[in-house]
Amino acid sequence: MFQANVKITLRKSILDPKGKAIKLALGNLGFNEVAEVRVGKLVQLNINTDNREEAQRIATETSQQLLANQVMEDFEVEVIELEEVK
Amino acid sequence: MKIGVIVFPGSNCDHDAYHAMKHVMGVDTTFIWHKETDLGDVDLVLVPGGFSYGDYLRSGAIARFSPVMGEVIKYAGKGGLVMGICNGFQVLLEAGLLPGTMLHNEHLRFSCKQTWLRCENTDSPFTSKIEEGRLLQIPIAHGEGNYYADDENLEILKDNNQILFRYADAAGNITKEANPNGSAYNIAGICNKTRNVMGMMPHPERAVETQIGSDHGKLIFESVLSSLKAVEL
Repeated sequence: MFQANVKITLRKSILDPKGKAIKLALGNLGFNEVAEVRVGKLVQLNINTDNREEAQRIATETSQQLLANQVMEDFEVEVIELEEVK
Repeated sequence: MKIGVIVFPGSNCDHDAYHAMKHVMGVDTTFIWHKETDLGDVDLVLVPGGFSYGDYLRSGAIARFSPVMGEVIKYAGKGGLVMGICNGFQVLLEAGLLPGTMLHNEHLRFSCKQTWLRCENTDSPFTSKIEEGRLLQIPIAHGEGNYYADDENLEILKDNNQILFRYADAAGNITKEANPNGSAYNIAGICNKTRNVMGMMPHPERAVETQIGSDHGKLIFESVLSSLKAVEL
């Protein structure tokens, strides 16, 4: 079993209003060092396979077809092997 | 003539659309459940507003893979008329039937209010009965209606006259203040290159009776129905 962590972020060229609102709130809390905030999503997929490349391929295809909208989002896939739960 | 209104789990403007088409426009109208794989003999597919699948992941992202959407894509490919309103517009964007995508409103609030739309192009089945430059008062109700397309695609939309409606002020000026959500180029509604698929964020089905504020939405439905009549003749 492999776990794929799909990190989805808004493209750099796109304004992130949620990030902007959070940055404002952080400023109000006194964290004035925070120069920019961008909000993304993490989707975790547990994939039934014993092959790392297969897990990578499935995670990439699901991201392209559904998880990310590539008009506005970028995605990164990280695959880790899960230890068997006994 | 028959209108089909698609119903997804979470659609909530399906009955408004049905009422507008059936009782106000007086056209035979039927609901089409999202699990259907046959659209029947409809002459116009209406994808209504709402929160299909709770807007999980992204608005319209999961509805786009409902069984019925495969048929809607085929239907549009054959030149059939498809109209998406609000969440329906988002579904058509996710399905790739229309270019671009929707971001969260710039101000992050859900916005429910009357807006003025300026009709930018009359060369479409959806605007054929509206004068160019005519102002329509039609309400919006959305949190993710901030239309986005990159510069290249925005130019393509302009070059092909695919922009049908833009947010304007009551005098017809396109201004930043009149833009309720941050949409690129004040875009409120567009059509595809072949002009048979249209999407708009404002709700024309909520603007068909003066008792509830405005009946300007009827102009859009009258346009579509007259285009369909022209085909039948």
